[in-house]
Amino acid sequence: MGELGGIVRFGADQLTSFDGSVQRRVRPWSWVGGAFAAAGISGRALVIAAPAAWLTLFFLIPLAVVFGISLATKQFGQPPYSDLLTTEGGTVQLTLHLSNYIKLIQDTHVGTNFWPQVIAYLAVGLLAFWLGRVVARIAAPPAVRAIYSVSAVATALLIATLYTADLNVYLTAFLSSIKIAAVSTVFAVLIGYPMAYAIARAPDRWRNILLLLVILPFWTSFLLRVYALSGFMRGEGVINNVIGALGLPPLVMMQTDFAVYVGIVYSYLPFFILPLYTNLVKLDPSLLEASADLGARPFRTFLEVTLPLSMSGVVAGAMLVFIPAIGEFVIPSLLGGPGTQMIGRILWDEFFSKTNWPRAAALAITMLFIVVIPFMLMQRAQSAVAEGR
Amino acid sequence: MRRSIFLPVASTLGFLFLYAPIISLVVFSFNANRLVTVWSGFSVQSYVNLWEDPQLLPAAGLSLQIAAVSASIALVLGTLCAIALVRFRRFRGKTILQATVSAPLVMPDVITGLALLLLFVGMQSVIGWPANRGVLTIIIAHSICCMAYVTVVVQSRLGDLDLSLEEAAMDLGATPVRVFFDITLPIIAPALVSGWLLAFTISLDDLVIASFVSGPGSSTLPMVIFSKIRLGVAPEVNAMASIIIGLVALGVIVAATLQMRRPRTRF
Repeated sequence: MGELGGIVRFGADQLTSFDGSVQRRVRPWSWVGGAFAAAGISGRALVIAAPAAWLTLFFLIPLAVVFGISLATKQFGQPPYSDLLTTEGGTVQLTLHLSNYIKLIQDTHVGTNFWPQVIAYLAVGLLAFWLGRVVARIAAPPAVRAIYSVSAVATALLIATLYTADLNVYLTAFLSSIKIAAVSTVFAVLIGYPMAYAIARAPDRWRNILLLLVILPFWTSFLLRVYALSGFMRGEGVINNVIGALGLPPLVMMQTDFAVYVGIVYSYLPFFILPLYTNLVKLDPSLLEASADLGARPFRTFLEVTLPLSMSGVVAGAMLVFIPAIGEFVIPSLLGGPGTQMIGRILWDEFFSKTNWPRAAALAITMLFIVVIPFMLMQRAQSAVAEGR
Repeated sequence: MRRSIFLPVASTLGFLFLYAPIISLVVFSFNANRLVTVWSGFSVQSYVNLWEDPQLLPAAGLSLQIAAVSASIALVLGTLCAIALVRFRRFRGKTILQATVSAPLVMPDVITGLALLLLFVGMQSVIGWPANRGVLTIIIAHSICCMAYVTVVVQSRLGDLDLSLEEAAMDLGATPVRVFFDITLPIIAPALVSGWLLAFTISLDDLVIASFVSGPGSSTLPMVIFSKIRLGVAPEVNAMASIIIGLVALGVIVAATLQMRRPRTRF
């Protein structure tokens, strides 16, 4: 094939040079293609290989290393963890410590049937969720709804069980991270949806400007915006000055969970608005007109036409808020109080203050498992948004 | 359809929420009073303090260098990745590549930072490289997370692109490499510029990953800012923030005006 291609190419070149008017452009990189072709590597493979190799080396392998070190123990020295493989007198010994994972659930004072109960609720919830998706393909909505409500009840029971238990610091941090991320995501959806919708429906002239206003904070520093927010909410900050001028007592906002919610919504709002906007702007207005012609009130049209059609945008945007918020470090440490235990902060302390690298690694691996399901949801929703184009 | 008042009011409040803290930050950077966030007269003292600060400006210089290099690495690799994902028909591991490249987009920074640090420490003890952590390790770490952003931006532009142009070039006998440089590259150039700028900003802004993988003596701007504002108000940080916000706003507005003024020659 290479031989044949060469002949054809040669022929074409002959023709053009014979013509005299069109010169074959010589480019400085021409030799590269030839060199690789001579080595039997296709350009296609190279295009895939370069980013894939970089990602494997500096993203996938590091995650494997984290898993490995989470099975070591802390020790003094450099590096401050034990070796997994030791060679002694010709015997190679592999030592895996599960203690870092056991520590994550130890010192949790609960009844004997606590963990079986938690696992059972979790299993029932996931099973019902999966079953609902399978049934949705073949059965009527009422059956699907019934199955999904089992999943919802199981989740509620799971949360109630976890909340009433006397958990250790790690589990408490995991739970409160999920709670803080979830509540903030709900608020981001409530605040961001009308904004995305207004931008998508705005006249052309305004749309670009409004979109620019959403993107602009996204380009400025995240850290500095959190700092700006802290100046806004602190004891003698702008809000309290306004409240004081009205003769009301000052509000304590900083160093509370409330400040963390505000901080997450504030920082991640553009991440929610942009994918939802991309989705909403593609929505065919004639569908809304049809619904209105058939006598539906605007709110009903929204609930039954706009919302279902924009669901993939909502999910993609919500996950872009939820997943990074779970591991957030900057916001809880600048805006939250000592009582705001989030897992990103605990991991940071384990690593930097307590120098317990294996424990920090175990926390990272556990966090990874928590974000895997929302991540898969996001991937599906994003490809749905992309295909809608 | 009758327009309700809800949408304009809700979105105005939303924009107010996004902008009020930033505006107040800029206003208070001109405050004469150093300690309290109460207005007590106009002054540029905090800008003078910023100029004389021994840490902030050198750290800003270092951060700009790191951001430029890691954004450029991310641009090349991210563009290749986007081409592979959009243009190539199914290949082994396409789904995995897609998931891996977009994972750093949402991956909590503490995980990415810890993972890269442990890799560097491990590599150091096994192959002796990198000998110490600093600028180089920060650049590698940033290129990974910036790559995700470049890929997303370029991917969406490539998806919009009309294939017939490239097919025409190929029919006329151009090699795939030549098609890329003569046809595809000029068309996706705006996406490459915005991808690079986005990557640059992400790198400039990162605190968590840089804190993990940096070594002694290589403090980036966010690390210095974080140590200053952890304890409370720092007027020189207000001044720095105002300058950054001003530059970014100027850049974005200029870019947007240029884009709007240009006749819409969509291919």
